[in-house]
Amino acid sequence: MWGSTLLGYVGIDTIIEQMRKKTMKTGFDFNIMVVGQSGLGKSTLVNTLFKSQVSRRSSGWSRDDKIPKTVEIKSVSHVIEEGGVKMKLTVIDTPGFGDQINNENCWEPISKYINEQYEKFLKEEVNIARKKRIPDTRVHCCLYFISPTGHSLRQLDVEFMKHLGRAVNIIPVIAKADTLTPEEKTEFKQRVRKELEVCGIEFYPQKEFDEDMEDKSDNDKIREAMPFAVVGSDKEYQVNGKRVLGRKTAWGIVEVENPNHCEFSLLRDFLIRSHLQDLKEVTHNIHYETYRAKRLNDNGGLHPISSSSDTQESNL
Amino acid sequence: MLIKLSSNFYFTGGHSRYEAFRKGLQRNLEGYVGFANLPNQVYRKSVKRGFEFTLMVVGESGLGKSTLINSLFLTDLYSKDYPGPSQRIKKTVQVEQSKVLIKEGGVQLTLTIVDTPGFGDAVDNSNCWQPVINYIDSKCEDFLNAESRVNRRQMPDNRVHCCLYFIAPSGHGLKPLDIEFMKRLHDKVNVIPLIAKADTLTPEECQLFKKQIMKEIQEHKIKIYEFPDTEEDEDSKLIRKIKERMPLAVVGSNVVVEVNGRKVRGRQYPWGVAEVENGEHCDFTVLRNMLIRTHMQDLKDVTNNVHYENYRSKKLAAVTCNGVDTSKSKGQLTKSPLAQMEEERREHVMKMKKMETEMEQVFEMKVKEKKQKLKDSEAELERRHEQMKRNLEAQYKELEEKRRQFEEEKANWEAQQRILEQQKLDASK
Repeated sequence: MWGSTLLGYVGIDTIIEQMRKKTMKTGFDFNIMVVGQSGLGKSTLVNTLFKSQVSRRSSGWSRDDKIPKTVEIKSVSHVIEEGGVKMKLTVIDTPGFGDQINNENCWEPISKYINEQYEKFLKEEVNIARKKRIPDTRVHCCLYFISPTGHSLRQLDVEFMKHLGRAVNIIPVIAKADTLTPEEKTEFKQRVRKELEVCGIEFYPQKEFDEDMEDKSDNDKIREAMPFAVVGSDKEYQVNGKRVLGRKTAWGIVEVENPNHCEFSLLRDFLIRSHLQDLKEVTHNIHYETYRAKRLNDNGGLHPISSSSDTQESNL
Repeated sequence: MLIKLSSNFYFTGGHSRYEAFRKGLQRNLEGYVGFANLPNQVYRKSVKRGFEFTLMVVGESGLGKSTLINSLFLTDLYSKDYPGPSQRIKKTVQVEQSKVLIKEGGVQLTLTIVDTPGFGDAVDNSNCWQPVINYIDSKCEDFLNAESRVNRRQMPDNRVHCCLYFIAPSGHGLKPLDIEFMKRLHDKVNVIPLIAKADTLTPEECQLFKKQIMKEIQEHKIKIYEFPDTEEDEDSKLIRKIKERMPLAVVGSNVVVEVNGRKVRGRQYPWGVAEVENGEHCDFTVLRNMLIRTHMQDLKDVTNNVHYENYRSKKLAAVTCNGVDTSKSKGQLTKSPLAQMEEERREHVMKMKKMETEMEQVFEMKVKEKKQKLKDSEAELERRHEQMKRNLEAQYKELEEKRRQFEEEKANWEAQQRILEQQKLDASK
């Protein structure tokens, strides 16, 4: 294909404006799943990320709830708006993960849930009379919370990421990072990265999906900094005349958005401000297509496997 | 006044005084006797002997156990050259012990640290407490055997005196694994729960967490180590303060940092320094004082008097119940050797007697049987004999009858022949 120069202003570039208007009107969906042992600050982090009370904890669950005996999948949806753009955010929580004495196969309910969402979408797509806009309940991003032991990944972490790394975008984060001093943090991160490499686990952004050199260099920088060591908080304190989100201890205030204290702002920028759309695209173009191809090949046609989904959804 | 010192400390010189003593009242001495020196003698002897203390640390990896041990005893038990168990990857729960000899102010302490790497780290942690229980029981058994030996000169005390259980600072409550472990170990060893890496929690979160943990501990009826109440006011205030702060939230560090010109041990963060020995930052000083400075002896006493005695009575009851020595211990167990032998002899004699009577019984029975059999066959023979006799007689009679008939026939025939002859003769005339 060759390019040709235009002889005057045509107005093709207004398509960007048209797209923007359209997206603003329709709004978009984003489904984020949080996985990790209880007490790692998952709900607090999600609240801090989206600067509102969107987690399961805020929708009527108290912190003293007993740990469930099996892994449950609980999803809570909210519609949040910013700058005229509406987003239907669904937070999928997995209480009971990794909390039992015997945690064999505790990732199976999660894997089942993810595949069920793909199945739902597939069925809608394959329908003769399709809806104009298929509701997208597929999990776009899975935040996996690593416990800040300071030594290495636990067996459970490795198993989970191995089993689910091919089905969904996994972003590992180091939880409760105010436990680690800066030196311990870098050491731990290096060790975790090495261990992930050794086990062949690819977390998002995956190297194989980098489209061009620009993408690669951007993503390389991000990959070097992962997993992000984060601290979450929904309380505000006064520091140097400013009101900041933080955690107040007897020896100082941990500022959540201060890049010297923790990498929360890096995670937020990465997740929301730059790669939100990319997460959705990778889920749709790659993970979903992999699932679809497998399903169509396996059965030589389309036989529905299970049509029941036992997740609870509460829509606001 | 005669003040006679005997083993009973009785005073003569006044009926009333004697009465008072018999009632057990304390009396003032008339002069300096000198047995107030007794504690010093005990002290000197113990110092010469040295002390032993065994401390066990249990918890998931990465909770700062090794760092805490280093901080408590101000030595580098686990250092860069001898990395602690946490640096190694393990597939199953191991129980490892390291001994170190610490000297301070002329007092020697043989400190044994028992570590449990791999605890709670696998995906399936069922029965990860079993190696720990086995270890504690085996140490108690060793002591039991040593106690029962004839030659008891050397009795090393390797029993676990205290178990520090590290709880992960989730902020919510106890995990199922924590509850299971403490339930199984609270009657074998003194369990002291600690909140590890307490610099993760803000003061409010810490309070809530502690309350939640204590509530759950009471719910599940877990008996953690109870500080004994003393009579003196000083100590009881201290003890009450400790009890309020249970479980203790600790932070460990052996790195010295500078804070406001002072050198303290702590952890340096970009937002401040968490001081290890600052009572407002964490409960490390409380733990150290309690463990080493005030309650070390009490921990040993409770282990000896309560946990060890429980183990011992359970073990011995099992042996005597069966009547047969089923335990694999090498030494004798219940009484002195002579009494044991006497008992064994008696047992043996009784056994022999029983066997004898049994055999006699069996013999009798057999004799009776045989007699019966013989009688039976005799009767049988008689019967047959009779029968045969009768048969014979019957045959004889038959034969007689036949002969008679034959004779008759013969006589008839002869008579007929004679008649025929006569007729013939008559006819020829």
